[in-house]
Amino acid sequence: MTNRSTLIGALAFLVLAAAAPALPPWLISLATIAFAHALVVLGLVIMWRAGLVSFGQALYYAVGAYCVALVSRFTGITDAFVLIVLGGLAAGLLAVLVGFLLARYREIFFAMLSLAMSMILYGVLVKTEALGSTDGFNVAPATFLGYAPEGAMLNLALFWLVLVLSALAAAAIGVYFRSVAGAIAVPVRDNEIRIEFLGLSVNRLIHLKLVIAGILGGVGGALAAMTISHVDPNMAYWTTSGGFVFVTILAGAGSIAAAFVGSFAFEMLRSIAVALLPGAWQLILGSVLLITILFVPDGLGSLFMRKTRGKEGEPA
Amino acid sequence: MLTAFAIVTDGLVYAAYLFVVAIGLTLIFGVMKILNVAHGSFYAFGAYGAATAVGIYFDRGLPDAGGFLFMILVAMAIGLVIGLVLERGILRLAYGRDEVVIVLITYAVFLILEDMLILIWGTGSLAAYQPLVAAGNVEVGALILSGYDIGLVIFAGLLALGGSYALNYTRPGRLLTVVIFDRETAAAFGINVTLVYTATFALGAILGALGGAVMAPKIAVTLGIGVEVIVLAFAVVAIGGMGSMEGALVGALIVGLCRAAAVHLVPQIELFVIYGVMALVLIFRPHGLFSRAEPRKI
Repeated sequence: MTNRSTLIGALAFLVLAAAAPALPPWLISLATIAFAHALVVLGLVIMWRAGLVSFGQALYYAVGAYCVALVSRFTGITDAFVLIVLGGLAAGLLAVLVGFLLARYREIFFAMLSLAMSMILYGVLVKTEALGSTDGFNVAPATFLGYAPEGAMLNLALFWLVLVLSALAAAAIGVYFRSVAGAIAVPVRDNEIRIEFLGLSVNRLIHLKLVIAGILGGVGGALAAMTISHVDPNMAYWTTSGGFVFVTILAGAGSIAAAFVGSFAFEMLRSIAVALLPGAWQLILGSVLLITILFVPDGLGSLFMRKTRGKEGEPA
Repeated sequence: MLTAFAIVTDGLVYAAYLFVVAIGLTLIFGVMKILNVAHGSFYAFGAYGAATAVGIYFDRGLPDAGGFLFMILVAMAIGLVIGLVLERGILRLAYGRDEVVIVLITYAVFLILEDMLILIWGTGSLAAYQPLVAAGNVEVGALILSGYDIGLVIFAGLLALGGSYALNYTRPGRLLTVVIFDRETAAAFGINVTLVYTATFALGAILGALGGAVMAPKIAVTLGIGVEVIVLAFAVVAIGGMGSMEGALVGALIVGLCRAAAVHLVPQIELFVIYGVMALVLIFRPHGLFSRAEPRKI
């Protein structure tokens, strides 16, 4: 099962990378944003497996994005690799700090406190005129180890970069899920006290999850900032976090690939809904979310998994 | 001195508004353990309904007092209908699911209601300033206070007193308290918990819409007011302790005064201070100021 899904993932990666030059530019941009967001969603999936929902993941997303924007503005560094590492590090460090506090909370209190954290950042960004206040500011075009593409080529380069990072992240998270620290997530959700009796610190396990999710959020934000070439405080607003949670629930916590497919489906759904019914796209999204939660509790990804499991006759 | 006085009056007015909005949220959470994101939509629907009502009633030469009543009744009717439809139509299907999952359901409902608002009232903004003008101004020393603001503070005070009386001294209120403490035992003693849930949710929705109605004359009723208010109400309720009415009152006062102080002294931190206070309170009292200790379940 694991080997086969890895194979399918690798195949999808190669096909996408090879087909990219032939695809229309709008689709490339959409997919780039979708996969950048999928990295953030992957972080939420990690926490969701342990029963935690963060309504403030936009905090790390915005930190990653603003880090990229600020560094390229004040130091002139536009190298995508350096910027992504910096964005991920900044968000990861923040997650380490905030984690000392957040890791003590569960359920709704966790959701509320993470919401408060992201709203603090939002409040700061909106009121700081040096950072462009509510307008935000533009981000210089990215370069790649001295190579400075323009226009369609830049989009393509960013898409390949997102693709490579997604593949790396997916592989790394796959390893993490199979490790003890990752595998213990579901038991944490079911019964924390028993985990403590096994001699493991639940708080530390959750802290680690927060940091991983934070780094992924920062990298996602950094990529988004470079793709959109603009940052603004709305990246930290709670509705942005809500969007990420939305995709997480839509995709389900069952598989890594679902985060990517789900994120892509979400961006497609949003683009189509906005284009067809500009006044009612939230109505469509909300209905889809509602139907998913009520009738497909484990996410759309679970529909496919159940099928394959049934065929192989594995115990569910 | 003048600044201090202004901070206190502004803070009280803001706290009154926050309390009216937050009390419905905390009621629904206390009884049903639902953190209701759609509460922001109740607020927005109340505000739009009230603004429409004001547009219909005023400028016709009818007595002003009737206008206030009409505005409030329209909003309450809207709240009642939405509350009942949501609880009976959607939430009923999700009882027993994870609390966090129910939050997401209300988030979905929030998204849907946001667009319903656009479908009904369009994207333009409504003005409902007439009640504000009708209430006049009161001069206190060097400060001019709006009569409407004073009325708002009194209204919030009455709501707090009435709520606390109803909860502690009336039969439905006592039944509600029983259900808050232990739903299953309450059911075992013959209390109709399903009915209590429906009534609570409808009441919470009415209160949310009421919050929107009383604020409508003071603000531009426009898109996005629900999005803003929901995080504010969350902050108030989280500070006070979710499900506690005294908590909502104290939380509203803390947030109201802190924000007013920030606006007058350091305007740059206005937005940040609310959530800063919330984070600070939660660091020391993880479940808010007025929360009951929860037994650990093994």
